[in-house]
Amino acid sequence: MTTRVFSSGIRRREDPRLITGRASYTDDIKLPGMVHAAILRSMYAHANIKSIDTSAAAAQPGVIAVYTGADTEGALNGLPCAWLIPNSDLKTPAHPAIAKDRVRYVGDAVAVVVAETRYQAEDALEHISVEYEPLDAVLNPKEAAQEGAPQLHDDAPNNLAFTWAVAGGDTDAAFAEADVTVSDVITLPRLIANPMEPRSAVAQWVGATGELTLWNTSQNPHIARFLTSVVTGVPEHRIRVIAPEVGGGFGSKIPYYPDEAITAFCAMRLGVPVKWTETRSENYLATTQGRDHIEEVEMASTADGRITGLRTTVYAGLGAYLSTAAPGVPTILHGLMYSGAYDIPNISGTIYGVFNNGTPVDAYRGAGRPEATTLIERLVDVLAAELGMDPVEVRRKNLIPKFENGHDVATGITYDSGDYEATLDSALDAAGYSSLREAQTAAREEGRLVGVGVSTYVEICGLGPSQVAGAVGFQGGLWESAIVRFHPTGKVNVMVGSSPHGQGEETTFAQIVAGEVGVDVDDVEVIHGDTDLTPMGWGTYGSRTTAVSGAAVTLATRKIKDKSRALAAHLLEAATEDIEYEDGRFFVRGSPDQHKTIQDIALMANVAWDMPEGMEPGLEASAFYDPPNFTYPFGAHLAVVEVDPATGQIDLQKYVAVDDCGVQINPMIVEGQVHGGVAQGVGPVLWEGVVYDESGQPLTGTMLDYALPRADGLPDIEVQSNTTPSPHHPLGVKGVGEAGTIASTPTVYNAVMDALRPLGITRIDMPLTPEKVWRAMQDARNGG
Amino acid sequence: MFPANTNYHRAGSVAEAVQLLAANEGAKVLAGGHSLIPAMKLRLAVPEALVDIGHIDALRGISLEGGSLVIGALTNFATIASSDLVQANAQVLAEAAGVVGDPAVRNRGTIGGNVSHGDPASDPPTALTALGATYNVSGPGGERSIAASDFPTGLLENALQDNEILTGVSVPALAAGCGSAYVKFPHPASRYAVVGVAVIVGVDGGSCSSASVVIGGVETTPTRASSVEAALVGSDLGEGALDAAAAAVAADFTGDPMSDIFASDEYRRAMAAVYLRRALGIAASRAG
Repeated sequence: MTTRVFSSGIRRREDPRLITGRASYTDDIKLPGMVHAAILRSMYAHANIKSIDTSAAAAQPGVIAVYTGADTEGALNGLPCAWLIPNSDLKTPAHPAIAKDRVRYVGDAVAVVVAETRYQAEDALEHISVEYEPLDAVLNPKEAAQEGAPQLHDDAPNNLAFTWAVAGGDTDAAFAEADVTVSDVITLPRLIANPMEPRSAVAQWVGATGELTLWNTSQNPHIARFLTSVVTGVPEHRIRVIAPEVGGGFGSKIPYYPDEAITAFCAMRLGVPVKWTETRSENYLATTQGRDHIEEVEMASTADGRITGLRTTVYAGLGAYLSTAAPGVPTILHGLMYSGAYDIPNISGTIYGVFNNGTPVDAYRGAGRPEATTLIERLVDVLAAELGMDPVEVRRKNLIPKFENGHDVATGITYDSGDYEATLDSALDAAGYSSLREAQTAAREEGRLVGVGVSTYVEICGLGPSQVAGAVGFQGGLWESAIVRFHPTGKVNVMVGSSPHGQGEETTFAQIVAGEVGVDVDDVEVIHGDTDLTPMGWGTYGSRTTAVSGAAVTLATRKIKDKSRALAAHLLEAATEDIEYEDGRFFVRGSPDQHKTIQDIALMANVAWDMPEGMEPGLEASAFYDPPNFTYPFGAHLAVVEVDPATGQIDLQKYVAVDDCGVQINPMIVEGQVHGGVAQGVGPVLWEGVVYDESGQPLTGTMLDYALPRADGLPDIEVQSNTTPSPHHPLGVKGVGEAGTIASTPTVYNAVMDALRPLGITRIDMPLTPEKVWRAMQDARNGG
Repeated sequence: MFPANTNYHRAGSVAEAVQLLAANEGAKVLAGGHSLIPAMKLRLAVPEALVDIGHIDALRGISLEGGSLVIGALTNFATIASSDLVQANAQVLAEAAGVVGDPAVRNRGTIGGNVSHGDPASDPPTALTALGATYNVSGPGGERSIAASDFPTGLLENALQDNEILTGVSVPALAAGCGSAYVKFPHPASRYAVVGVAVIVGVDGGSCSSASVVIGGVETTPTRASSVEAALVGSDLGEGALDAAAAAVAADFTGDPMSDIFASDEYRRAMAAVYLRRALGIAASRAG
């Protein structure tokens, strides 16, 4: 029965240690002689540093060293950007680990104190005096791109990091010939990722051997090793990066940060292990954030609702410096997805990547795709309202018909497989769409503001073919590798280069091995997160781990199975082609009693007493998997809201998610991913968003002001799924980590706008806080 | 997130706590720590010393003495919210205590600390002011009591003298026939009240005989809505009367307004009228 564990919703094997507090995170690391670093951060969003006096701080109790940018200059190379989008006039201004002459956001590192205890280090920070010359700051990405705006970098005129275009078909002609055109301006607020575990680094330098070990809260330790080598100059083979338990990341632990470079610098200078852990306040200033888009969008259509063109101009705020993957997010992961689930023959978009005096922006759950899906799905609703059509009917009219192996869209990419109408139908059925509309009509007659929102989506994940990565400027590969090792007792270790940090692959990868060769799930241990113990891999992000790393595990296990079959044939004195396999047993066709279990095989392979001629001992295999294409999960979500006409408060009453992420290895984990994703996607619609004042001071600096989604603001989320296998994946899986986040933002935004439509309200900037909604209603009632 | 160095003193009695305060200039009283500790972690509060009164058991508990509820300063919100005595004699206070923060905060935060801190967006002071509570205080000069309405003297400022400790609150039990309610618009992040409304109405012979209405969150100290009270008394508490009374609230905001990035002062005043109307409806339905 063990094989059936594949595709069953077994409980996550990592949970007992996580939920009982027995897991060990980076900040739990304690090394002999370890000292503690604390980083002084700029209080100004934009200022010249006139002078820094660290003498008083250096004299504080327990202080071992104080370093500034003058110390790190020359010793640390600048932080590199690793996604160099081609054909975009990309500018990569210097990003020193510690600012020396100028600070560009509140949170920019200015100095570091190393002391015997963390408290001493924090106390000493208050004794560093920095003389600043404040400069004008700019935050709004569109304003930042205008001439005359405060300039952040001398080598990036008008604060433009890049200008990137996507085009397919003849959009100008489509708009010229359109029966109907509609437009809207959509803002996606700047978001804080808020993983439960803040970032942390522990660095240990062994000068005698020239070896650097870095424990780090990373989603991709192999990339962290690579970039640590680039920044510190220590050769890559003498660096070991360990990501122990990592308490969530949501993209914010992809980048390589100044902080781990500074920690390594301190350890190398002082010859003792150094720990740095950010406070939650620092996390709100110095950990990369997401979104920050202003999107000007137009849609062209025939009179009967056939979409003929989409045109966008997007200002994507990037913060003060280019973070590791930042340029790829609003371009490749955004602009290429402009067709959504629809056949739109003519698409063009111009994306301006803009520096502003905020925390650097990088991937955040969904990374570019929520921003794309929101603009498409919002415009479909705007178009439906213009045409007087049901928004579902407009969607149905434009959906790409079912396809099983490849569909090209105007942006130049090829979706793998899809049955979009099926997920839409499932969502409408599950929600009882027609009765929802009837109830809405009745409610409106009572003066109640009830809204129904629907969104479809297609996302790009399973990143991705390395050849494509190279073509789009990603400075690395996107393949994954795995080693599957059977021990003499039949127990199994799986080593992967990806680095799960909450997604549950210790369970799902064990399920893959169990499903392939019939061992018990509990006999499989998955090892990840240590560059010395695991083979190369590019990391866990972009819903790619199960799709890419899981494929490598599958292929390695199949090699084990092939070898096992051959060894079984030898032991059973039969021809390999006569050996059949079922539920962990290899047997001669027609004689299932004459069999060898996978455990028998593992023992014999390891002791190697009786091997076939030419067969190597051991039962271990590795596989490198470079996907032939991305995977393209999809789905349809529906939400019902009611707006309080007196207060502007929004009650999210119902949420239905129908997702098709291909074959599911563990449906319970899929459901959990959808739940969390939906909550995070609703966040910016109803609650979340960083607010800065004019000088660039963040006004949402703590959880007292920055409103995260909470359980009491969410309804029961009804999760269903369809299964359309990916045609090119060994298991047919696609990935589901970001689906909920991608779909729920437009779904709930559309629902609220639908509720407000009787008042003539067509747009309000997210987040839709009660006062904003109330003011819009006041204006509408006053004839605005 | 790392408080500055401070000296910690644990008091075994109120008298000892008063002595410790007097002996340590710049000392702060620590009870449940739910206002003070976050401020210390952000280094917005850097007290020279802490005087922990959290182990003085005499300051914990709820009793009914001579027609008044006496609630010890260390009593937590969860205890107050679930207390039969409070529910029976001061429902508005039970409701206010029941919507402070979240369950963890309600299990740890204390009524005394809450009142002493005096956050204008906090729930209990609004209810206590409406109830005409008095705050019992011990200090170097002995014991005294301060009316809840006289307690706040400005934003996060109050009538406590140096080295005085709030030891408890006394709440006159609501008379038979009174209905009360606390209704709140919580901030989505902090869960403090954007607007919190406490209403008590008494009914005698089919008309409103008494009314006490206090609103928190709109001004830097709780707002006594005298115009609303005047409109209620003598009315029949019907829908029309409640509408008219709620509309009268605009005249009552004469203090320093509150405003932040979530809710402007204008919005808070508008929401006060909405939430007041809702609270009036609930309180009126419970009266008589």
